[in-house]
Amino acid sequence: MSALLEVQGLGKRFGGLVANLDITFAIAPAQIIGLIGPNGAGKTTLFNCIAGFYPPSEGHIIFDGREVTGAAPDKMAMLGVARTFQLVRTFSTMSALENVTVATLLHDKRLSIARERAMQALEFCGLSRRASVVAANLTVAEQRRLEVARALGLEPKLLLLDEMMAGLNPAEVQEAVALVGRIQSRGIACLIVEHVMEGIMPIADQIVVLDYGRKIAQGTPAEVRQDPAVIAAYLGEA
Amino acid sequence: MIKRINPFLVVFAAACAAPLVVTNPSHQNFLILVMMSAQLGVAWNILGGYAGQVSFGHAAFFGIGAYTSTLLLIQFGVSPWIGMVAGGTVAMIFALLIGWPCFKLKGHYFAIATIAVAEILQVVFTNWTSVGSAVGLSLPMQQEGLKAFVFNASKLPYYYIALGLLIGTVLAARTIERSFLGHYFRAIKDEPEAARSVGVNLTRYKLVAISVSSFLTAAGGTLYAQKELFIDPASVMATSLSVKIALASILGGVGSLFGPVIGAGILTSIEEVTRQIFGGSGRGTDLILYGLIILVVAVYYPNGIVGGIKAWGERLAGREPGSESGR
Amino acid sequence: MSVEILLQTLLSGVLIGLVYALVAVGLTLIFGVMDIVNFAHGEFLMLGMYASFWLFALYALDPIFTLPFTALLLFAVGAAVYQTVIRRIIHASMLAQIFSTFGLMVLFRGLAQFLWKPDFRSVENSLVSGTVTLGALQFGLPQIVAGAGAIGATLFIWWFLNRTRVGAALEATAADREAAQLMGIPTQRMFTLAWGIGAACAGVAGALLSTFYPVFPEVGANFVLIAFVVVALGGFGSVTGAFFAGIIVGVVEVVGGFLIGPQLKLALVLFLYLLVVLLRPQGLLGRA
Repeated sequence: MSALLEVQGLGKRFGGLVANLDITFAIAPAQIIGLIGPNGAGKTTLFNCIAGFYPPSEGHIIFDGREVTGAAPDKMAMLGVARTFQLVRTFSTMSALENVTVATLLHDKRLSIARERAMQALEFCGLSRRASVVAANLTVAEQRRLEVARALGLEPKLLLLDEMMAGLNPAEVQEAVALVGRIQSRGIACLIVEHVMEGIMPIADQIVVLDYGRKIAQGTPAEVRQDPAVIAAYLGEA
Repeated sequence: MIKRINPFLVVFAAACAAPLVVTNPSHQNFLILVMMSAQLGVAWNILGGYAGQVSFGHAAFFGIGAYTSTLLLIQFGVSPWIGMVAGGTVAMIFALLIGWPCFKLKGHYFAIATIAVAEILQVVFTNWTSVGSAVGLSLPMQQEGLKAFVFNASKLPYYYIALGLLIGTVLAARTIERSFLGHYFRAIKDEPEAARSVGVNLTRYKLVAISVSSFLTAAGGTLYAQKELFIDPASVMATSLSVKIALASILGGVGSLFGPVIGAGILTSIEEVTRQIFGGSGRGTDLILYGLIILVVAVYYPNGIVGGIKAWGERLAGREPGSESGR
Repeated sequence: MSVEILLQTLLSGVLIGLVYALVAVGLTLIFGVMDIVNFAHGEFLMLGMYASFWLFALYALDPIFTLPFTALLLFAVGAAVYQTVIRRIIHASMLAQIFSTFGLMVLFRGLAQFLWKPDFRSVENSLVSGTVTLGALQFGLPQIVAGAGAIGATLFIWWFLNRTRVGAALEATAADREAAQLMGIPTQRMFTLAWGIGAACAGVAGALLSTFYPVFPEVGANFVLIAFVVVALGGFGSVTGAFFAGIIVGVVEVVGGFLIGPQLKLALVLFLYLLVVLLRPQGLLGRA
């Protein structure tokens, strides 16, 4: 099965600081990959490189057979890569429906059709009752789901989720896990950065572990859990 | 909703009929000034209110419009009506050239850049002899009538032209607001990075906003030139004019359709009143009032008068202000 | 063009540039500490000029002697502005912040026009009038004193920020507000201090200028624009950057004005602003 996303030898430097170094992995269509590692391991930097917010200093990113290294975020969105933000960035003066509509407008500029599609995305994420509420008045958990709905509005092939489960109570974590499962059954691949292990270990097909900017392990959740390098990395942080 | 349409038509009808009731020429002139300020405010709002790119240099577009049509008239005898379109086009090209590099700038850097551009333009025009430099240009007034766009006997035709231009500008703003552009502009204003992540090319849409805004502002410049029959850099390109244009929207309600109209009405009224009471604006009383108004609005009513009314209305209806999007 | 004329122009540029630097130091300090661009900064300068002028005109007190009083007066004005207006918009949108300081600018200009009329005033025959001749070069004594005063004031600010505890607290607040708060540094007091010092810088610059520059309500307009250019060139938030950038801008203005005509001076300086923010947004020494 040819990969949907290929990251080859990716590196990112900020001045003298090396945030990512020689990272290589691939994501297959409809696959869920968890990206974990201690704080400061470079997960969000890698994320931002793939999403187009930082141009990599070296290496290649190939999406859907296309070379997209250094492509801008709006270009990546057009190609089918959607993302959420760690610190929620919903359009605060716009309603939930309008938030998602901004995304659905990408593929069809007709407002009525875009609104319908947006409503569907809201329903998929369980937010249809809150469609007309201004985003600033939603709870944080709702805003997180709104970001997911908005990302889904792009009809992406790959969804990048940045710590969407942080600060959620166990019930909310289970809801989020279920949502990711539904997303996968739609045929959308997910790259998920997470700290909440109960949220990612049960659903990921593969786990990629970063430490000090490098990839130190990759495998199934069971394999990674027992990998000595991974254990050392987390213990070393404590 | 039916309730939305009626007030608009009522006001329109009232505006058309007003000169029948308001027959005093200087009162009519006051209304013309209000409409001209309102038109500029609505045009500014497309860029500053909807898309969130605050410009304190819009006098540049106003001046380009005024000078383009005037020069075409004086030097080549081109009809001011064509000149208006030409002026709008020149302003639009200028806006695109300036916008493309400047839209990389954020927030206050952009605002300062707009001041810089407009001031540079004013300095250039003040020292450019071919366009009259500081002395300015006088427009020919021998030919009268609609074709010549000059009316000496009665100011009434200017009234209806100003009204027409205002309505056209409001319609343009309304069309944008209700189209996909409205969504994109608001997204850019709220969270530009998130907008990018859902496929919005920031520069492209900011350029769309500034194109429309500059074209309409320039058209207002041509109207001004044809009414006053004299232009110079100090009257059509000054930063103080840019501030007044922005102020109409700020006061009335940035990002709302009729906010700038209300704001323009209040500002023009203040100017007239202070002129009557204190005799001439040389005493700074209008500035003091403007300053206080800006301060009160900025600190307590950042959504302007329209925002304040909306919040008050929602409180009366028993809802938390801002809980439901009105669009 | 002879070497002497070039040297003369260059040094004149440096002298006025030093004054620009002082104005910009105040502006960049406010920005560095609280991320607010003070559009009313030119008005602090204007008030400093008027303070000097009226003390001279009414009580025959020379601006050089009233300088410390003007500094303290403007410090109080800056602190008051912070407490009455700025404090309320710290957490507001950037639009609201821009509008607030803009409103202050308009209000101060209006008040000055109302109280003191739009006429141009000047300080005639102060202690520092006259010229100084150095070989073939000639300089106005007021300009030299202004330049020297600006250096002195800037050095004082530098000393204050880098060699005193309060200054260190201010820098800490600028670097990381929350961390400074957690360390017990009272943020509100730091903000008030920043505005006070910022206004005082502009006020002192105004007092220095009053000995040779006309005094009128709108005088702040040109200086604030130039201050923006200096701050952008030096790097928003960098006091040292503002110092060197001020000198550069002064030289560009005077030499450029000499080469292409004095009426285009302002356009040249503003063009420099556009070049800087578009090509090197962080300026010479600014934060990224």
